[in-house]
Amino acid sequence: MDYEAVIGLEVHLELKTRSKIFCGCSTAFGMEPNSSCCPVCLGLPGSLPVLNRSALEMAVKAALALNCRVEGRSRFDRKNYFYPDLPKAYQISQYELPVARGGYLEIDLPGGIKRVNIERVHMEEEAGKLLHAGGSIMESDYSLVDYNRAGIPLLEIVTAPNISSGKEARLFLEELRLLLFYCDVSDCRMEEGSLRCDANISLNLPGAAMGNKVEVKNMNSFRAVEYALDYEAQRQAEILSRAGEIVQETRHWDEENRVTVSLRGKEEASDYRYFPEPDLPPLLIEESWVQELKEALPELPAHKRLRFEEQYRLDPKDVAVLTSSPELACFYEEAARHVEDYTGLANWVKGDVLRIHNDSGKAIGEMTPLALAETISLLERGEISRPVAREVLEEALVRGKNPAQVVQDRGLGRIADPGTLGPLIEKVLQENPKAVESYLQGREKALGFLVGKVMAATRGRSDPAAVNTILRDKLQNLPGKVE
Amino acid sequence: MDLFRLSALQLSGLMREGEVSSEEVVNSFLQRIEQVEPQVKAFLLLCPEEALAAAREVDRRRLRGDELNFLAGVPVAVKDNICTRGLRTTCASRILENYVPPYDATVVSAIRRAGLPILGKTNMDEFAMGSSTENSAFFSTRNPWDTRRVPGGSSGGSAAAVAAGEAPLALGSDTGGSVRQPAAFCGVTGLRPTYGRVSRYGLIAFASSLDQVGTHSRDAAGGLALFRLIAGHDPLDATSINTPLEEDVEADNFCENGLKGLRLGLISEQMGDGFAPEVKEKIRQTAALLEGEGAFVEEVSLPLTDYALAAYYLINPAEASSNLGRYDGVRYGLSERISGGGVREMFAHTRGKGFGMEVKRRIILGSYALSAGYYDAYYLQALKVRTLIKKEMEKAFERFDVLFGPSTPTTPFMLGEKVDDPLQMYLSDVCNITDALTGNPSLSIPCGLSPAGMPVGMQLSAPPLNEMLLFRVAAAIENMRPLPPLPEQVNILEGGQC
Repeated sequence: MDYEAVIGLEVHLELKTRSKIFCGCSTAFGMEPNSSCCPVCLGLPGSLPVLNRSALEMAVKAALALNCRVEGRSRFDRKNYFYPDLPKAYQISQYELPVARGGYLEIDLPGGIKRVNIERVHMEEEAGKLLHAGGSIMESDYSLVDYNRAGIPLLEIVTAPNISSGKEARLFLEELRLLLFYCDVSDCRMEEGSLRCDANISLNLPGAAMGNKVEVKNMNSFRAVEYALDYEAQRQAEILSRAGEIVQETRHWDEENRVTVSLRGKEEASDYRYFPEPDLPPLLIEESWVQELKEALPELPAHKRLRFEEQYRLDPKDVAVLTSSPELACFYEEAARHVEDYTGLANWVKGDVLRIHNDSGKAIGEMTPLALAETISLLERGEISRPVAREVLEEALVRGKNPAQVVQDRGLGRIADPGTLGPLIEKVLQENPKAVESYLQGREKALGFLVGKVMAATRGRSDPAAVNTILRDKLQNLPGKVE
Repeated sequence: MDLFRLSALQLSGLMREGEVSSEEVVNSFLQRIEQVEPQVKAFLLLCPEEALAAAREVDRRRLRGDELNFLAGVPVAVKDNICTRGLRTTCASRILENYVPPYDATVVSAIRRAGLPILGKTNMDEFAMGSSTENSAFFSTRNPWDTRRVPGGSSGGSAAAVAAGEAPLALGSDTGGSVRQPAAFCGVTGLRPTYGRVSRYGLIAFASSLDQVGTHSRDAAGGLALFRLIAGHDPLDATSINTPLEEDVEADNFCENGLKGLRLGLISEQMGDGFAPEVKEKIRQTAALLEGEGAFVEEVSLPLTDYALAAYYLINPAEASSNLGRYDGVRYGLSERISGGGVREMFAHTRGKGFGMEVKRRIILGSYALSAGYYDAYYLQALKVRTLIKKEMEKAFERFDVLFGPSTPTTPFMLGEKVDDPLQMYLSDVCNITDALTGNPSLSIPCGLSPAGMPVGMQLSAPPLNEMLLFRVAAAIENMRPLPPLPEQVNILEGGQC
């Protein structure tokens, strides 16, 4: 029997504000433990929260990018529970009235585009971080708490249960990351914890009622989400096909063993006793401000991809790479204004530009697209060879130089002059008598070998056509050549 | 001359004229404290050195000719749930017995900046939960008019300190009557400002939607001056109101307008059977006085206020149960770490040992009211009642400028009398609850002494932001009928009972 998996995701991501959501403390990563704290984020008696407007702005931007309806009136609530990393014993969150509802995000599947519905988007505060002396909570005599993270603004995005596989879940997360990256509201680094994802999954036969759902946690990468959900779907399918029953529970993804593990008995059922946060007035959002933010949204990834495919007539795979960051897309477009061969340009950007970026660490946004356009132009005009072009490009992008200047300064111009090439070629002929003989015996391939030797001797600067001509000429007129 | 017998404005006047120094003023109060504190027990912490240092600083600045605040040099006592940097702030609880805040509440910053020396921190019911100051984890404060009786609560220490001449002014907090009820019991003036008028930043939260910092003073003028000093918008408190105070009237001549044409509504529900005859009589006498001054007085019925107490005792514990969750032994205050126990045991033992009975009662009540399945029936229902009461009050204020009635159903009760009967204790705030729920400003003023010599308080309420009007009426009454002098009993009775 073929079961259908019904998956819903709960994504938490850190908004990249400079200060925390309810106080002025810095959100910088990697600071000395408990050095970015104040009475508010430590929950000291008497302290009160004040909403950071920039956190709200980022939340609204994200909601708009997800096609959500931003609510004119929303509210903060308290979620009450005891845990040492929670300074006030409640988390300020949004429960009944989230800041936005009812959006969607489209993902590309082999069979076409799928729309994943978003149920709600809400804001809340991050908790502190526990550091266990023995590495894990079970093996430790004591634990320490770092409250630097307490009060970092979080956005929670809840999807409708209309994801059908681990792969779809991963694609959704990848697209979400790209979207929020474009909106400049979150870094979405799952490995650093700036994006976390929990999932609900149940199975049913087509047309049948929904099965019991299982919550899956502790998935620490997009791949882990995919594997964990596929594993879980398979696990449930096996139980169901044996006519067994799915226990409604929370399971942890065990990365090492690639299984989900039941947490039964380890977690008590919680009643969070939500109620409206009396320290913060209701959140009233003016429609005009939402409009302003909407109009200021950048071109979003899906739109940009379509446009790239049409405007530059590129392959979707190339477009996916070129639009993988707003900076890279912008780099391509800037360069494209001066280049005619868009596909060629795409190859340069995908290949050399990204390689140079990775090798040098130079940000794409700090590179000059015109340098690439000029390098390509030098190459097309035959002034430099391809290997030289790559060298020139690196120098131009990393050090911010003009490519023509680099060619001139470093004497990298193409060598076609027979006066220069002649002696070089003669030397190559003398050093490679076997190849010469082979050529003379009619093996054309040997010519390519000899050309390569000449090119290598000039570190790629020789003009291949000129080398070819001179080489043939010299071989034709070799002394002692047998007619 | 006994400086401690003078009101805040009299002291301020003498200092401005150069007749006395702030140091002399503070010394006079410190001597008075030494004399009567063993009987009154109003303070949890005294800080004479800091007070004198602040006084000398004001004196230096005055000599130098600096522009000083109107109240500069007038000492003040501060309730022990208001954070004072470097001064222990305990909420009269074991759980915060040794807690020293690293920051000043916004109101404390304001009084320090204005040069008011802080004499000490006053006793209260633990976490402001109570109406007699008997719920202090440390000791009970006595009523200076009869030390066998309670001073009221929860700001009993502040009210008693002002009544006993230990301080001319004090800061208290009012969640459901905690400034006004003890003001009435101790025969002083007590203001609960409009919700949001005074910053709550640094006031240790009890029930956040109800808490307000208030004032205790000997008279209306002193209360108004202190109120003006602490009121105003605070960017650190998102519920703080951003409306400027009314036109800057000199605090000592603000009552010239008189009462002619003022419409006063006497709340009939507060003149019924449950109210002591000697209290009702004083209120009627005062109503007659007001009419004589040209005010229009009429009874008004507010039937929904009968539900106020029930709604209040759901909202208040619900918020309290959440606000008090942070006392878990992890970061500050009492921490009970049991050998072999984990973090849950630490939470349980810390809270079990650190909180008193009334605090535990409210946490349990509040947690219950917020629980899944009960939320709609209790907490949500209480919020709806709160909204209805607010509407009823708004309607009443269309007809009346000020509503009034007794501040308390009875004069002060005996120590121990109600301590084992929470419902009776809650009922002693019944007159004060409505304004707490609606956020209206409310003022308790002395209204003479009962035949037994106990103070009676009258409570005046006005629409939001009309504190000035309340003080105007209070000052007019003071002009007609002088305030009772300081109770002398505290000098005579040794120790008292308990």
